[in-house]
Amino acid sequence: MENLEHILGEHPFFQGLKHEHLHLLVGCASNVRFDAGQYILREGAEANTFYLVRFGKVALEMGTPNKGPMIIETIGEGDLLGWSWLVPPYTWHFDARAMELTRAISIDGKCLRRKIDNDHELGYEFLRRFSDLMVKRFDATRLQLMDVYGNRA
Amino acid sequence: METAPDLQSISAEAALSPMLPRPFVIKRVRRETEDTFTLELEPTGRDDGFSFTPGQFNMVYVFGVGEIPISISGDPARPTTLIHTTRAVGTVTKAMDKLRRGDTLGIRGPYGSPWPLDKAVGRDVVFVAGGIGLAPLRPALYHVVSNRERFGKVVLLYGTRSPADILFREELETWRARFDLDVYVTVDRAMSGWRGNVGVVTTMIPKAPFDPRNAVAMVCGPEIMMRFTAAEMIKRGVDIRDVSVSLERNMKCGIGLCGHCQFGPVFVCKDGPVFPYAQVRDMLVKWEI
Ligand SMILES: Cc1cc2nc3c(=O)[nH]c(=O)nc-3n(C[C@H](O)[C@H](O)[C@H](O)COP(=O)(O)OP(=O)(O)OC[C@H]3O[C@@H](n4cnc5c(N)ncnc54)[C@H](O)[C@@H]3O)c2cc1C
Ligand code: FES
Repeated sequence: MENLEHILGEHPFFQGLKHEHLHLLVGCASNVRFDAGQYILREGAEANTFYLVRFGKVALEMGTPNKGPMIIETIGEGDLLGWSWLVPPYTWHFDARAMELTRAISIDGKCLRRKIDNDHELGYEFLRRFSDLMVKRFDATRLQLMDVYGNRA
Repeated sequence: METAPDLQSISAEAALSPMLPRPFVIKRVRRETEDTFTLELEPTGRDDGFSFTPGQFNMVYVFGVGEIPISISGDPARPTTLIHTTRAVGTVTKAMDKLRRGDTLGIRGPYGSPWPLDKAVGRDVVFVAGGIGLAPLRPALYHVVSNRERFGKVVLLYGTRSPADILFREELETWRARFDLDVYVTVDRAMSGWRGNVGVVTTMIPKAPFDPRNAVAMVCGPEIMMRFTAAEMIKRGVDIRDVSVSLERNMKCGIGLCGHCQFGPVFVCKDGPVFPYAQVRDMLVKWEI
């Protein structure tokens, strides 16, 4: 457990989080591994977990008609996977597939939702971190949508 | 009826007038991607090669079609061959794409400001390229790789639209295999079989292995990509004075006479194309300029 607390505290997403909050989180966390090719999340399934990737690489994919799955983003060491556990209706909007052997800390969203409902300071810390992440991902998505490498016509 | 240009007389006059192109013959054409090609050129009649500094460009004249600025993409230590990598987007570049070995082009140059490689000595060097922007950066990469011991960490972050658009694949593989270079490639979109990264090039900056307090960044790509990249570099802690970008504007003379490439108080052909980001940042966000 102490080891898990240490790993959580080292992860960029939780840097600066108070010791007591880390301690609360550990109760909802566990170590997981995924082999290359293994699906971590499936679109439409209930979203009750999120993952802090420790190493490896994960592809976020969406099915496209006639063409098969398209990779919309890859994430790796130090990244966070999944925020659908935070907002109703708690379902995944994409598939996530390990592209290589991937190790991560999985955090039980239901367990965490209960804890942040009871501890608003922890809730604030979480939302602050998630908003920061969402802004970064939105910026990146906007840049992607602009298709800057296409013809200027 | 069209008459072929008299190459001998053009060549002699070119030495006298900066507005007259020198004829160069195409020795080799290499297809890089569906819309991008590399031409290897040699001067006709003379064998004095073509010296340039990384970052500089030439005015390339497709006879009877038009003249456009294209950066030099070859190795500055091998001036015997002049190399240009071009993406076919419009009238002149599409006509260039149709040229074959043995055909002739007119060249004026080299023109413009270089990448600040002197400033990078003893420091980490981060190259950030987007799309065709890898071509103008390649001479600087060649220089750094050939003088590897003079620099700290060397990182290349390269983003393109899709895996099919990746330029200089073999060279990227060779550089990636070296223990003293960190090469990361990402694409904006890919189908499921792709094993590399997907995501915009800026997302690689926070994790890239360099010391921001002692790094020099050279950025080349579409203007929006350069703005986002520079912002991310500064956020990571790189001094704005250590970030350089290469700008593109329509050009006519290429030598600071006509004003076609004016960008606020500067001429891109003469004062650039490579600028310290601090000098152009405020103008880049004003679309009226
Ligand atoms: C200093 C400098 C260095 C350059 N170096 C290179 C280089 O190494 N390789 C290279 O391929 N290009 C380079 N360019 C860009 C190149 O000059 C233009 O692509 C070229 O002038 C287009 O001419 P055109 O007659 O083919 O297209 P035009 O007929 O003038 O344009 C046709 C269409 O293409 C679009 N277009 C024009 N330019 C671009 C562009 N750069 N990207 C996407 N769409 C465009 C226009 O909006 C238009 O819709 C450089 C430009 C500058 C200023
Ligand atoms: S192109 Fe004529 S001044 Fe720059």
